[in-house]
Amino acid sequence: MGRIQLKSVTKSFGDVEVIPPLDLTIEDGEFTVFVGPSGCGKSTLLRLIAGLEDITSGSIDIDGADATDVPPAKRGLAMVFQSYALYPHMTVRKNIAFPLRMAKLDQAEIDRRVESAAGVLNLTDYLDRRPGQLSGGQRQRVAIGRAIVREPAAFLFDEPLSNLDAALRVGMRLEISELHERLATTMIYVTHDQVEAMTMADKIVVLQAGVIEQVGSPLELYRTPRNLFVAGFIGSPKMNFIEGAEAEKHGAQTIGIRPEHIAVSETEGKWSGVVSVSEHLGSDTFFHVQNTGLAETITVRADGEVGFRHGDRIHMTPRADVIHRFDAKGLRIE
Amino acid sequence: MATQHSRSVARLMMAPAVVLLLGWMLVPLTMTLYFSFKKYLPLRGGDLGWVGFDNYVRFVSSSSFWPAVQATLMIVGGVLVITVVLGVLLAMLLDQPMWGQGVVRILVIAPFFVMPTVSALVWKNMFMDPVNGLLAHLWRFFGAEPISWLSEASMTSIIMIVSWQWLPFATLILLTAIQSLDSEQLEAAEMDGAPVLKRFYHIILPHLSRAITIVILIQTIFLLSIFAEIFVTTGGAFGTRTLTYLIFQRVLESQNVGLGSAGGVYAIILANIVAIFLMRIVGKNLDA
Repeated sequence: MGRIQLKSVTKSFGDVEVIPPLDLTIEDGEFTVFVGPSGCGKSTLLRLIAGLEDITSGSIDIDGADATDVPPAKRGLAMVFQSYALYPHMTVRKNIAFPLRMAKLDQAEIDRRVESAAGVLNLTDYLDRRPGQLSGGQRQRVAIGRAIVREPAAFLFDEPLSNLDAALRVGMRLEISELHERLATTMIYVTHDQVEAMTMADKIVVLQAGVIEQVGSPLELYRTPRNLFVAGFIGSPKMNFIEGAEAEKHGAQTIGIRPEHIAVSETEGKWSGVVSVSEHLGSDTFFHVQNTGLAETITVRADGEVGFRHGDRIHMTPRADVIHRFDAKGLRIE
Repeated sequence: MATQHSRSVARLMMAPAVVLLLGWMLVPLTMTLYFSFKKYLPLRGGDLGWVGFDNYVRFVSSSSFWPAVQATLMIVGGVLVITVVLGVLLAMLLDQPMWGQGVVRILVIAPFFVMPTVSALVWKNMFMDPVNGLLAHLWRFFGAEPISWLSEASMTSIIMIVSWQWLPFATLILLTAIQSLDSEQLEAAEMDGAPVLKRFYHIILPHLSRAITIVILIQTIFLLSIFAEIFVTTGGAFGTRTLTYLIFQRVLESQNVGLGSAGGVYAIILANIVAIFLMRIVGKNLDA
């Protein structure tokens, strides 16, 4: 069980309001990702749920019971920190057992749970090492182990992968997703990386300056971003925004078209421009096209075999059915 | 650039400092050893020739030797316990964000800047004087009979004075150590259900163990040789005669340089025993 409900929660540090009134419901068993640029209040929001920060007003319900004034240890939530926050003077075994020892479980039960967590996370061979002797990915797993032994109502992850290198990050992303499938526990995951958000989430909460810009499944956000911010934040490479005459043709202040929705051709197309940089990834090629008369740079994604180079003039045709239109306030026009 | 050339230049440039330090240490050490084997009474006949280990035997068999060792260990031990315990508490207090933090921290460090002689005098005359001292006034305010600190509770008084001087040092080192503690670790422990005292015991104290050993090591080295505080207050009376003070009395009050030098050699040996002992503990702690 782990249904978390935030009701007009606000948070101020002194005179600075970092989170204006905010309502959000996280359903039991859901993998929710808070995503946004740094400083958008996503970590603060997580810490409010954890109870590490007091909320200024509003209330937080966990499983239908008011948890606003419940201390963090009693909320039944477990948290994985960005720095892992392992206890450096304790072995892996003691690290994982720490919450159980604090809960005064008997030793046999502690051993059983630590062994099973270590088995799940492939840590059995490392139980007697100290955190300092482990690699980044192993430390990450110890931190997760320390969270799962408590059998919490929900897991809170605070940018857990940001200290790992790219290859490891992809691996851990999968492991966390698998863990969620297996445990089916509510997870709240904070990240600034929209790729993590898109790949892992059941539900993404896009935040900017403490305000929820949009809540929805990854594909909802991708297909129907509610405003310019979400449109620009979700998707990689970023959506192209075009203003002026071209946008007016579509009856909008701004139109957005994703790089993958533009077809390129050597000879004919609706728009044309000069390739300034082409990035060949093998599977795909990204062209940064200038002098289009539409926007400073238009990014186009093409097949990996398309071989335009710097200085080539190319023609582009956007797919008409996936052009996003936004009004003067930046809101989506359906 | 560790070429042959740059290395020999480096050696050449370090040489003056090394020679100076070596001389600074070796000359007094040799002189102490030299005099310790002589009967040398400056006012009663001067150099009276070699006496072998006579001085060493006399220094140890003197009735004041073991009490002096005991007094030394009591002062060192007492001050260490007080400064470490209060140091940890003060460091945690000063680590809390508060108004006027900078000023408070400077005030806390201030006693360390006061010369030992001056601080002993201040304590003796302003606080511990049985008639005019602040403590005497305080005792009288509560209707109690003032204590003549330095004669009735002489050891306690000296431990108090020395602790007051060294507390800032301990606090400062422990404060920097506490500031280096990752706050996420404390938050993780809080989420893990550890209440305040358990967080202190399981997280903060282990984190501080290295700093505490360093404080103990450095303070022991300096505390073994405290002198001014005793000289200014009790003059070695009332059971406060430490080994250092005993040596001083042998050389200057009894005018027996040979006997005092032998005591000096014992002090060197004692300090080294303590140092080896501490190095082992510290070494173990610093490895981790």
